[in-house]
Amino acid sequence: MKITRKQFFQLAGLSLIAVGAKKLIKGTGEAAASEGAAKTTRWGMAIDLEKCRQKEGCRSCINACHSAHNVPQFADRAHEVKWVWKQPFSDVFPFAQTQYTENRFASLPVLLMCNHCDDPPCQDVCPVDATWRTDDGVVTIDFHRCIGCRYCMAACPYGSRSFNWQDPRPAIATVNPDFPTRAKGVVEKCSFCEERLAKKSGPLCVEACEEKALVFGDLDQPDSEIRKVLRLRFALQRKPELGTGPSVYYLL
Amino acid sequence: MNDRPFIVAGLIVFVAIVTTPLWRGVTARNVVLAAPEIKLPAHEKQCVAPLNYMRASHMQLLEQWRDDVVRQQQPRYAAYNGRVYEKSLSKTCLSQCHGSRQEFCDRCHNYNGVAALNCWECHNDAPPAPRSTP
Repeated sequence: MKITRKQFFQLAGLSLIAVGAKKLIKGTGEAAASEGAAKTTRWGMAIDLEKCRQKEGCRSCINACHSAHNVPQFADRAHEVKWVWKQPFSDVFPFAQTQYTENRFASLPVLLMCNHCDDPPCQDVCPVDATWRTDDGVVTIDFHRCIGCRYCMAACPYGSRSFNWQDPRPAIATVNPDFPTRAKGVVEKCSFCEERLAKKSGPLCVEACEEKALVFGDLDQPDSEIRKVLRLRFALQRKPELGTGPSVYYLL
Repeated sequence: MNDRPFIVAGLIVFVAIVTTPLWRGVTARNVVLAAPEIKLPAHEKQCVAPLNYMRASHMQLLEQWRDDVVRQQQPRYAAYNGRVYEKSLSKTCLSQCHGSRQEFCDRCHNYNGVAALNCWECHNDAPPAPRSTP
């Protein structure tokens, strides 16, 4: 069989179109399938600053967390260990205020904890893989593996990590027998109550808050409570410009 | 030449002292090395794995449990006999059966001169008394 030049180009063009069409059909099919199959979880928290300030000097969530997780309380600030804590608004969001912002507002406390970043810098720097992000978006630490080099503390832009400079046990008022304490020389931080999430209950701080200022939920579920709140209200993240993708939001 | 009795006596004393352990071994009868007295659980006859395996490899099992719980979020252990346990040193090993770290873990470890990882620096070694019904 002899084909002309014109017929050859027609055939080549048709086969190109056929190959392209096949790829297109396969691609869309796969995308639809993966959308249906992959049900991901990304735990996140929204903190309503207005509600959080209702009771002045309130520490219910901090106390609930620290007593349940055996967080030591050292008198010396240099040895301070904290999972959840408060800092003035002007320190937390230095760019969310003008030069005329009322001093009263700037000094109001903001509740802080580990942001459980999407792309945690603490994980990247850990030389022994002692810290990592779980499939549910919780950044967690293996205390057995931690060698206490404190690279993660330097890498964390939020100051969420504390180091045990000395044996923490003597500094714990009453040890909760259901949760391990830590040893001298390891780093610790908020774990979004991973041990409770495994049992399908939420973090302790959320439960302890009488004002219901903390909303916890799955950021990957469009119909979850936290997504509803974030849709309706203006929310801030801490240092979003760093690209860490914090999972803790502040509702103004 | 007059020193010969002293030299011989001295040599006898020297040999006697050096060989004391031998004489003691010969004269002593029924030498039994005291085995460590381990307190065994009263109500439970079977560990999470066969006895021989636990004796030889409990450290590997515990390490596996640790990694499973901390890294893989797999807190349940299906034992070889079908029972399901929580992978927990404090809540399962100590609370449910062995009761006391001093009377179980430490006695054997001390006897064998084995320095284990220091589990108890962080984990609770004083759990509530063993449950009467498993």
